[in-house]
Amino acid sequence: MATQASRAAARLMISPAVVLLLLWMIVPLGMTIYFSFLRYNLLMPGTEAFAGFDNYKYFLTDPAFFTSIKNTLVLVLGVLIITVGGGIALALLLDQPLWGQGIVRVLVIAPFFVMPTVSALVWKNMFFNPVNGLFAYAAKAVGLQPFDFLSQAPMFSIIIIVAWQWLPFATLILLTAMQSLDSEQLEAAEMDGASWGNRFIYIMVPHLTRAVTVVILIQTIFLLSTFAEILVTTNGGPGTATTNLTYLVYMQSLLQFDVGGGSAGGIIAVILANIVAIFLMRMIGKNLET
Amino acid sequence: MARAVSTRRKAIVTVIAWGIGLAIFFPILWTILTSFKTEADAIASPPKFLFFDWTFENYVTVQERSDYFRHFWNSVVMSVGSTVLALIIAIPAAWSMAFIPGRWTKDVLMWMLSTKMMPAVGVLVPMYLMFRDLGLLDTVSGLVIILTLINLPIVVWMLYTYFKEIPGEILEAARMDGANLRSEIIYVLTPMAVPGIASTMLLNIILAWNEAFWTLNLTAAKAAPLTAFIASYSSPEGLFYAKLSAASTMAIAPILIMGWFSQKQLVRGLTFGAVK
Amino acid sequence: MGQIELQKVTKSFGETQVIPPLDLVIGEGEFVVFVGPSGCGKSTLLRLIAGLEDISSGTIKIDGKDATDLGPAKRGLAMVFQSYALYPHMSVRKNIAFPLKMAGMEKAAIDAKVEGAAKVLNLGDYLERRPGQLSGGQRQRVAIGRAIVREPAAFLFDEPLSNLDAALRVNMRLEITELHQTLKTTMIYVTHDQVEAMTMADKIVVLHAGRIEQVGSPLELYRTPRNTFVAGFIGSPKMNLLTGAVAKARGVETIGIRPEHVAVSKDSGEWQGRVTVAEHLGSDTFLHVNSDHGGMTVRVGGQMNVGHGDTIWMTPDANHLHRFGADGVRIA
Repeated sequence: MATQASRAAARLMISPAVVLLLLWMIVPLGMTIYFSFLRYNLLMPGTEAFAGFDNYKYFLTDPAFFTSIKNTLVLVLGVLIITVGGGIALALLLDQPLWGQGIVRVLVIAPFFVMPTVSALVWKNMFFNPVNGLFAYAAKAVGLQPFDFLSQAPMFSIIIIVAWQWLPFATLILLTAMQSLDSEQLEAAEMDGASWGNRFIYIMVPHLTRAVTVVILIQTIFLLSTFAEILVTTNGGPGTATTNLTYLVYMQSLLQFDVGGGSAGGIIAVILANIVAIFLMRMIGKNLET
Repeated sequence: MARAVSTRRKAIVTVIAWGIGLAIFFPILWTILTSFKTEADAIASPPKFLFFDWTFENYVTVQERSDYFRHFWNSVVMSVGSTVLALIIAIPAAWSMAFIPGRWTKDVLMWMLSTKMMPAVGVLVPMYLMFRDLGLLDTVSGLVIILTLINLPIVVWMLYTYFKEIPGEILEAARMDGANLRSEIIYVLTPMAVPGIASTMLLNIILAWNEAFWTLNLTAAKAAPLTAFIASYSSPEGLFYAKLSAASTMAIAPILIMGWFSQKQLVRGLTFGAVK
Repeated sequence: MGQIELQKVTKSFGETQVIPPLDLVIGEGEFVVFVGPSGCGKSTLLRLIAGLEDISSGTIKIDGKDATDLGPAKRGLAMVFQSYALYPHMSVRKNIAFPLKMAGMEKAAIDAKVEGAAKVLNLGDYLERRPGQLSGGQRQRVAIGRAIVREPAAFLFDEPLSNLDAALRVNMRLEITELHQTLKTTMIYVTHDQVEAMTMADKIVVLHAGRIEQVGSPLELYRTPRNTFVAGFIGSPKMNLLTGAVAKARGVETIGIRPEHVAVSKDSGEWQGRVTVAEHLGSDTFLHVNSDHGGMTVRVGGQMNVGHGDTIWMTPDANHLHRFGADGVRIA
């Protein structure tokens, strides 16, 4: 509902944002696509040549690629299971009447605000360290051998760190969704003879579905690009045990200076992320209509 | 309607919730405590919780040895700078989409969001090369530019959802009352939008402050913000728990406090309005 | 001041034409009510007059001058919105002063006008409060206050009472009517409630699907509805519209008779029927009757003792019988 003049003004006001994002999307991505078809190594300047699909072939047939895909999936799924499961449980718990609810909420939410490099370092040194870490101390206290988390269960350790950072996010969103549930609905169900279990399954779960989907999709987008936690703790190792796709591309391009190969890997990462993104966009798009 | 809950039940829930809450918070608490210990106390076995010689020496040392405040300042400039820049670009865009929606508004919004879905590694190489060629590597201004771009979609979206809540009739009333576009923005829209803009700003500062892909890949010693500075402690020779803790505490404290204030807005901002 | 003329005005949203070519003259000082079911285009029409929407074609003249291309602020009209659209961050005083401030009036003059309006509207004690601290009726008065200080050529009201509860609505209805009598300014009032239209208007414009069905004074519309739509829309309870044999017998497609124009007897009459529900209002009783010719509503005196299941006889008053042709148009 508007007049002609205001429409023109609207177009003018929106254009800086659109132009900037358009450039941001097209220029670097176009360059990545271009590089991915070149033989291009920063250590050997001047030897750039068209390489066709060679970079993709090398990248896709590199055994490290499959490991990295597997690691990426394990990391994403592991973190999702912990955060969504834990998030629902915590949301249900915090939705109950209790003393000091606000403070507990603040405690639970805190890890989300810790920068990834700090949380990775804190966990690595003060908890996982086999000599001085708190877990090692706890193991010794009950007479067990200290466990070297980062070398014996590196992926598990990283999942713990990342899940600790994202559990608050899941909890906060699910709790918000929980609190938006009309209590009269629950009371009506109770009057209709539904037990707590039935109310959980038939009322709360359907109400939370949408929030859970949003949590899963948004976390997936971020988790696919997990980087700092790996860089700081294991550098992708031991071997390639914790190398995910993002880290592999980083190594290829900035450590081995293989621009062509790194670009090909980057494009593959973009394609994978887009598959997730399509689902997420549908969800949010639907929301726009209401 | 709230209903009476037995005190016993409430007490049990309280104990469990506090237990879990403290467990989740523990790594942060432990870091803060350790930052006040001597290096010897920091690795003492059994661990010392509260009964140790409290000292501020680590904070002093961190500053002296590594020029902590320069990195802190880099983080401040980077996060505030990119946020302000993003707001300047996003406010008119979100305003026009919320109040003068056209046929394409929805598609434009979705498209903006889709740029956020692009994984950073996808454009790592060209950005690195472009920064190198433009002399932006290891500069704070380079970081400001890139963080503005990556957070712009979120800022537009958050503002859009806030602006959407301002009833259109009020703006029409202002127009009927004789306000031109300028007075409409100054006297009516801005005062009503300030809370939304403030929360957007807060959330965006948090996101920018904690960004740990571009900051790690595009900076070295000079322009490193706190994320990258802390990462330098991962090398074995930097393994001093108390000093690491002091540096960490300083890096997370400001954002932790800001974050606690913006809990509510966080949900809306991070879910693009899908959960309120 | 305050004559508004619409000439061949149309409005389309994309492909759909919501207002087909429409002509209307609103005289100076008139209280005109646009009434119709929801979606009939009455609010759109008001917004076209206000300048909040561009018209697709045609001309709008205000006081004889072409206002078609003027912005809303330049037309010299004031509007009271359905949601009141008060500025939540401003005090009542600032809300009322806002249009004057926009017009660049001096501070002292603004204060005097605001005080004056507050006195007229009984808002004196609330001037420093925020809209959020006021009741619905008070907010409504602030919205009106904001409109009257501008001394507009005409007031536009967009369903202003729909957010108030029933008792308050009756009060505000009176207040607005009194205001009109005091100010003598043209008012255009949009509502879907035909009671508001009947009680307030000098002139009612009945709209249906963007088209004007009839324009006239409340009693003209009540006595001589031009077609079955107006007949069914104006008046409460609704006019009984009967089709079939009973209408054919009178040589038309449809006959209409208002509930108050039917004589009811327990013994004899023209039509027989069985009472399904009797609504006792005290002074009157409305009987919902299942008759030979379909469902009907009739009014009887409060003292008549009839109830559910009773059989009654009804005789229409021939002087008040309305006759409509196959196209729904009144036959004189």
